[in-house]
Amino acid sequence: MSTGYLFAGIAVMALVTYLVRVLPMAIFRKKIHNRFVQSFLYYVPYAVLSAMTFPAIFDSTGSRLGAAAGCVAALVLAYFRKGLLLVAVGAAAAAFLVQAAGL
Amino acid sequence: MRKQEFARGIRDGIPICLGYFSVSVAFGMTAVLAGMPLWAAVLISLTNLTSAGQFAGTNLMIAGGGMAELALTTLVINIRYFLMSLSVSQKVERGMGLGKRLAVAFGITDEIFAVSMQHPGELTAPYMAGLILTPVLGWTGGTLVGGAATSVMPPALSGALGIALYGMFIAVIIPPARQERSVLYTVLLAVAASLAFTCLPVLKKVGSGWSIIIITVAVSALMAWLFPRKEEEDAK
Repeated sequence: MSTGYLFAGIAVMALVTYLVRVLPMAIFRKKIHNRFVQSFLYYVPYAVLSAMTFPAIFDSTGSRLGAAAGCVAALVLAYFRKGLLLVAVGAAAAAFLVQAAGL
Repeated sequence: MRKQEFARGIRDGIPICLGYFSVSVAFGMTAVLAGMPLWAAVLISLTNLTSAGQFAGTNLMIAGGGMAELALTTLVINIRYFLMSLSVSQKVERGMGLGKRLAVAFGITDEIFAVSMQHPGELTAPYMAGLILTPVLGWTGGTLVGGAATSVMPPALSGALGIALYGMFIAVIIPPARQERSVLYTVLLAVAASLAFTCLPVLKKVGSGWSIIIITVAVSALMAWLFPRKEEEDAK
């Protein structure tokens, strides 16, 4: 890997990623009032985060069982409306404990 | 007031920063072990600020892939940011200047998007600056630490931390799903579709970047059609 190749490759990746992010922000400078579009955008976060989390969460740690334990911990903590940090740390702690127990 | 907004952004960014740190430590370690110079790994994290997109791109570069291939892979994996950025563009404060919008756009990641969507009210520039700054430091710093000392964390610990970011996503989707039937349906439908794309023979062949986009567009459109929202509901 030459330095030139690396620079070019990194520039291509960074540019493509930024373009995808910046186009909507640069174009849609006014509020959209269409009811369908508003509703659509309201549901986007829930759809995209759900699809990204399941089933990928079960492959996110070294062991399936640990990941499942972490997932259950996260679901329970989130159900009781705990904050982002507590849910994230709780999930990792549950996964770690199950793995450390050698299950 | 503006200062408080910035401080609040920093505070909300801390959980993301911690999650990013652990993941990017792993990225730094693997990239350097695979033969990428440390400076390049750090530069990738600083300029890309993505997980899956830059992992794939790094693998491609290590394999000596061409620029077109690199551009297309990055595009497909990251195109979901387009939808996220569109949602954010509707929630930033009225009258935010173009320069600030261009800067905010740089920091749209899955997690920053998730947190900004559950932030009550409009998104101000100082809030977004704080919310983006901490994760950028965590992501870049983690890459540096991981690459510099390729075994800084016991694998069991860094492995378990991999679930932290998914935990955050769950914390974002569950409370509103408890409260609103339509959000619950959105979540369940998206999960079912995602399982189908992972397990079913033909759908399995669709790359994960594409399947996320297809699911998001289809499910959100269906829900917008079945459960359109009233204008006031979005004001909260």
